[in-house]
Amino acid sequence: MALRSVSLPLIHGLLLAAAPISAWAQDHSGMDHDMSGMDLSGQGAPPAMDHSAHVMPDAAVADQPGDATAPPVPVDHPADRFFAPDRMAASRSAMIGEMTFSTFALQVDRLEYRSTKGKDGFGWEGQAWYGGDIDRVVLASEGEGTLGERAERIELAAYWRHALDPWFNLQLGVRHDFRPDPQRTYALVGIEGLAPYWFDVTGQILVSEKGDVHARGKAGYQQRITQSLVVEPEAEVDFAFQGVSALNVGSGFERLELGARLRYDRNRSFAPYVGAHWERKLAGTARLARVSGDDVSGISAVFGVRAMF
Amino acid sequence: MAGLFPAWARSGTAGIVHANAGSGVLSGDTIALQIGQSHFATGGRSGHAVTVNGTLPAPLLRLREGQTVRIAVTNTLREQSSIHWHGLLVPFQMDGVPGVSFPGIDPGETFTYEFPLTHSGTFWYHSHSGMQEAEGLFGPIVIDPAGPDPLACEREHVLVLSDWSPIHPHEQMRRLKMMSGYFNRQKQDLTGLITGKDQSLADRLAWGQMRMDPADISDVTGSTYSFLVNGHGTAENWTGLFAPGERVRLRVINASSMTNFNFRIPGLPLTVVAADGNPVQPVETDEVQIAIAETYDFIVEPDAEQSYAVIAEALDRSGQVRATLAQSMGLAAPVPPIRGRPLLTMRDMGMDMSGMDMGDGGEIDLSKPANDSMSGHSMKMRDASVAPSVKMGPGVATLSPMPVDRLADRPTGLEDAEHRVLTYADLRSRDPNPDPRAPTREVEVHLTANMERYMWSMDGTAMSENPAPIPFRLGERVRVTLINDTMMPHPIHLHGHFFELVQGEPGHRARKHTVNVLPGGKAAFDLTADGEGDWAFHCHMLLHMHAGMMRVVTVRRDVEEGQG
Repeated sequence: MALRSVSLPLIHGLLLAAAPISAWAQDHSGMDHDMSGMDLSGQGAPPAMDHSAHVMPDAAVADQPGDATAPPVPVDHPADRFFAPDRMAASRSAMIGEMTFSTFALQVDRLEYRSTKGKDGFGWEGQAWYGGDIDRVVLASEGEGTLGERAERIELAAYWRHALDPWFNLQLGVRHDFRPDPQRTYALVGIEGLAPYWFDVTGQILVSEKGDVHARGKAGYQQRITQSLVVEPEAEVDFAFQGVSALNVGSGFERLELGARLRYDRNRSFAPYVGAHWERKLAGTARLARVSGDDVSGISAVFGVRAMF
Repeated sequence: MAGLFPAWARSGTAGIVHANAGSGVLSGDTIALQIGQSHFATGGRSGHAVTVNGTLPAPLLRLREGQTVRIAVTNTLREQSSIHWHGLLVPFQMDGVPGVSFPGIDPGETFTYEFPLTHSGTFWYHSHSGMQEAEGLFGPIVIDPAGPDPLACEREHVLVLSDWSPIHPHEQMRRLKMMSGYFNRQKQDLTGLITGKDQSLADRLAWGQMRMDPADISDVTGSTYSFLVNGHGTAENWTGLFAPGERVRLRVINASSMTNFNFRIPGLPLTVVAADGNPVQPVETDEVQIAIAETYDFIVEPDAEQSYAVIAEALDRSGQVRATLAQSMGLAAPVPPIRGRPLLTMRDMGMDMSGMDMGDGGEIDLSKPANDSMSGHSMKMRDASVAPSVKMGPGVATLSPMPVDRLADRPTGLEDAEHRVLTYADLRSRDPNPDPRAPTREVEVHLTANMERYMWSMDGTAMSENPAPIPFRLGERVRVTLINDTMMPHPIHLHGHFFELVQGEPGHRARKHTVNVLPGGKAAFDLTADGEGDWAFHCHMLLHMHAGMMRVVTVRRDVEEGQG
């Protein structure tokens, strides 16, 4: 190393000049830390002084740090000399383990009653997860239905959530739709995250076991009116890359959901809300719905709760 | 309630000059401490606490420089425990950090610490296990000088400041990981925008574009914390007595787990005489932000006729605690209204102020022409080239593009206070610094975070990733420069050493064990690595440490030199 070859003659030349300081430093190291009873090897060796010597004579730069190299990272554990090494090893890994965050959480984004012109309905969306900062296993579900009828949509997704950068995560897993009939299982790839201006966004590509391909996009925003009153507009849109006649889905945009919910967020773990929810089938999917006599769109007043455990 | 407090911490105490052993003050060469569980209640909140000898705070240890003390600590908990002697220079194997200096104290086990007391001052002790410190396991230490104490006063009081929540710290952490603003009830809102409070719309948009929250001042707040002086909330009004004409020495310790306190006694100037146990040249001020783990000794001279409110206000103004200095019990000084929550500024992002339109106290008016340069800067809030030593990843949301030395800055939230506020630049050591050598090298440590994901680290690597330690040669003089890449202050503590803050002329720089690094800024200290062994080095915001803002520091004899 160039640095070393330059500094070595300097060190030797200045060791004599530095001798009084060196002696002082030895005293000092003994003074503050009386290691009586410590069995540390090399008791006689003086503390490292040579690297500082070459900056001492010049008072003008006395305060500026030199460019000495860092010592090697030691591999020993001095505590092993005082305590049983196996116990220390266990203690070291316990400390690392204790600082490794991994936990379970249950977040219900919405669980709501929907009041509308026709029969009232219900809807839900939420997730449970287990894991740490970077990797989590997520079980997510959303769905909706009309009271007294078979649920219209019951989705359950299981995926690995992996943090990609400070703001966005990858989703990789499967989604199974128990409704509508016939049931379908999809492979799921998605990106979720926090976009500039604090928008929560999600985009997913879903490929069913039959080979049909769909996409879903979601966006939401939390606007605090006061510290406890939060309005949350949300949008969700589904897109089909092809028609799927068994599911009454036409090619193109399938459905659009818009909602706005006003939440009383005094208690984070249980926040009631009221709002409006509007849903509309689109394009080919809407045509198919009309043919089978189903509603194409509907608006409802919602009453629900957001919860966090 | 009184039964839970040791006498020195009891309201109406005559102080520790008069109080003595048998009253919650433990002295002598042999001391026994028992860690156990208690129930604690204050201000309508109650819950489980971890205590020493059944009290919160733990007993005061009053010892003398030059003596060797043996402290037998028995753990009656069902989990492991430990005690770290914060600020005491002890052999590393007596420092009390499980996994670094010793194996910890198992349930039912008694561990006997033994170490000489080589210096005097105000210090404290706390658990270094399982975040038990947040549950109440902390207490004060007073070491009297071997000779006469030049700072001796007719009256002394110990004031241990703390934050206490009925929510277990592990559960606090879990909630913060679910939602980083879980405990923040002072975010900016629409009502504030309409009424002209807080940032303008332009500023909100500019900050929102960067996904940065200027109201993210504290993680765990008064929404769950009760703030305490010697275990007493405002209603319990801890009262320290004084007699007319007395000079009163206040030994103030911030033993909080997550709260930096603004400390003041309205109407009574504070003369700072020691910081982190080390005497400083007396300096008079009106308010001091005491970061977590710091200790300050003040001398005050209260008038005869009056009682005084002692105010410790949480950094984010989500709460405060009032105690009282009075001549007799039952007198309560009025509680001043809590001041408004501060907002972070561009300086807290590590933006260089030069050439930018800057108002008083570091406030930036983003609606003025400086707004143009803002968007340019915002593109560089995560430029890896400004910090090549940082491992980039999801845990590093921002890097301060142009961090400046903030040791002389007023601390967060006190920029605009109309009275005197202590800065680190006001602190000059009473005694000459013991090591006049210039540092031979510089070590840079970045304090890194993703506040939204609630991830905290040093140089982008969390302690849980088992990073390599920071190595020092025994006896070497090194400059350690801390660069805060986050928008929160971090009180950084190095075990087993004092260091000199690089501020002002060398020779009488303040010697400390903890330095509060302001948001987006830098702080440097010079260290003589004279404690052979392994030491912990971490942010003293307990949840930040636990989330990963920690390193092991090694001090070894130089092998190469031995061979040469």
